[in-house]
Amino acid sequence: MALKFKRKHHKKFRLNRSAGGNAAINVLLCFMGAFMVLPMVYAISNSLKPLSELWIYPPQFFVENPTLKNFRDLFNMMSDSWVPFSRYLANTIFISVVGTTGHVIISSLCAYALAKHNFPGRDFLFKIVVFSLMFSTVVTGVPSYLIMAKLGLIDSHWSIILPAFCSSLGLYLMKQFMEANIPDTLIEAAHIDGAGENLVFFRIIMPLVKPAWLTLVIFSFQGLWGTQATTTIRSEELKTLSYALSQVVAGGIARQGASAAASVIMMIVPILVFVLTQSNVVETVATSGMKD
Amino acid sequence: MREKSRYSTWARMKRSKISYLYIAPYMILFFTFTVLPVVIAMFLSFTSFNVLEMPKFVGFDNYTRLFLKDSVFIKGVKNTIVLALFIGPGGYIMSLISAWFINELTPKVRALLTLVFYAPSISGNAYLIWSVAFSGDDYGYINSLLTRLGYITEPIQFFQNTDYIIPLIVLISLWNSFGTGFLSMIAAFQGVDRTYYEAGALDGIKNRWQELWFITMPMMKPQMMFSAVMSITGAFNVGAIVTAFCGFPSTDYAAHTIMNHLEDYGSTRFEMGYASAIAVFLFVMMVGANSLFKKFLNSVGK
Repeated sequence: MALKFKRKHHKKFRLNRSAGGNAAINVLLCFMGAFMVLPMVYAISNSLKPLSELWIYPPQFFVENPTLKNFRDLFNMMSDSWVPFSRYLANTIFISVVGTTGHVIISSLCAYALAKHNFPGRDFLFKIVVFSLMFSTVVTGVPSYLIMAKLGLIDSHWSIILPAFCSSLGLYLMKQFMEANIPDTLIEAAHIDGAGENLVFFRIIMPLVKPAWLTLVIFSFQGLWGTQATTTIRSEELKTLSYALSQVVAGGIARQGASAAASVIMMIVPILVFVLTQSNVVETVATSGMKD
Repeated sequence: MREKSRYSTWARMKRSKISYLYIAPYMILFFTFTVLPVVIAMFLSFTSFNVLEMPKFVGFDNYTRLFLKDSVFIKGVKNTIVLALFIGPGGYIMSLISAWFINELTPKVRALLTLVFYAPSISGNAYLIWSVAFSGDDYGYINSLLTRLGYITEPIQFFQNTDYIIPLIVLISLWNSFGTGFLSMIAAFQGVDRTYYEAGALDGIKNRWQELWFITMPMMKPQMMFSAVMSITGAFNVGAIVTAFCGFPSTDYAAHTIMNHLEDYGSTRFEMGYASAIAVFLFVMMVGANSLFKKFLNSVGK
């Protein structure tokens, strides 16, 4: 009931919309949407094609006789492997979940201090974070590897997780959102009411920037889920799902079908995470109940 | 909170204990795993380093070689600038406009369309579908369509013909790198307080464009800065797509980018010192583009 009322309320104030503009926008969105979603449809359709259709010329966009054989083949190949597949899956889940959770907490804490506290060195540190996004990772690979070796992180999941904790992108995103969406007066009011800094952070700031950290969850999870981690992880039983699948399907033309199935499987989990987080984004109004 | 001049730096640092506590976990990791490698790489740009032997200090040799002796690099710089001029602003405007449009829809439709627009970023290397579409034989979708319509008699070698390479790379990069900026814009629009729109309407905002320019954009300046940095890094880092579609090297180096050059020396030839010099140059270019955009952003809403 409350929700319905809210929606009505917001319609009432949409004063500046012309019907023609709305129609044009909807048509444009449909065209662009088709353009964007086409390759995903193609990937799914490909995974359902029998081998004969995969090699047909000219290539067909849509599948004619859909079959789940590719997925069955893939699972058969996976069960032949020396390390059980559940192990690869567990590794990837561990890396993705721990990495994402830690990243959101650690970078939000830092972002809050950078956005809302005023301390010596703040602007300088923030500049370094932004500029670090612009330095190519091709040449930092060797130094990073040496540092990890010194710290004894080679051949451990932490060689993936620790750098993921401190991704610059996440911190930058959170800091910008906190700057835009949280009025200083709100924090001051909370302090006057006797709330400590930790309470302010977890009870007021984090709920208000929910759209931002849910976006962060998507970015981080997606990156970690697809990681192959071949340079720092050597033991077979520590390797990731993405790596294992790429090995299974690297076995030549006969495995093209399984390869198409594998790419769909790798896609499904990030999509699920996306849908879960997006459906949780509720509009937040930072200034509600406040007068400036 | 704003009392810069009244206390000495040391006194202010002592008062800010909790702030330092908040940033410590992040900053310790960040300096270990990001800043230190970058500093080392910058140092390596003044050395000759093949990964196996110890680096040898060579002064500015790598940089003079880059600008005076490496004509392929100069070509790469030109291509990168051309590509970045289209991909950067193009991708940025696309993500801003589409996030804005999608934000107007009802929550369920909005979630669906967000997924649709974000699809390329989720679909792994799905961008390879464009190689089927633009394939250089009669079976490519575009070639067969053009032949059937009678525009051409012979298939066009899209990825070999130097007239088509750059526009195609722009198209595919726009499509592929759209996601990050777009998703953060979507979140940014959701953070704008609706009461400002009501106030704006009463104050004489006439149409949605004015609303965007005078209310929404000034409200989300910080997030726009974020998306801009994403666009800039995406636009200057184009390289993998060129290799995937045109091979390496592309015909006559027609689509050779700084990133291609960097990967060639860093990952294939293992001339790490030289590759580091290229990376430093690329970095300087992006920092420049970043400060240009900052100037533009200051004029928004005026």
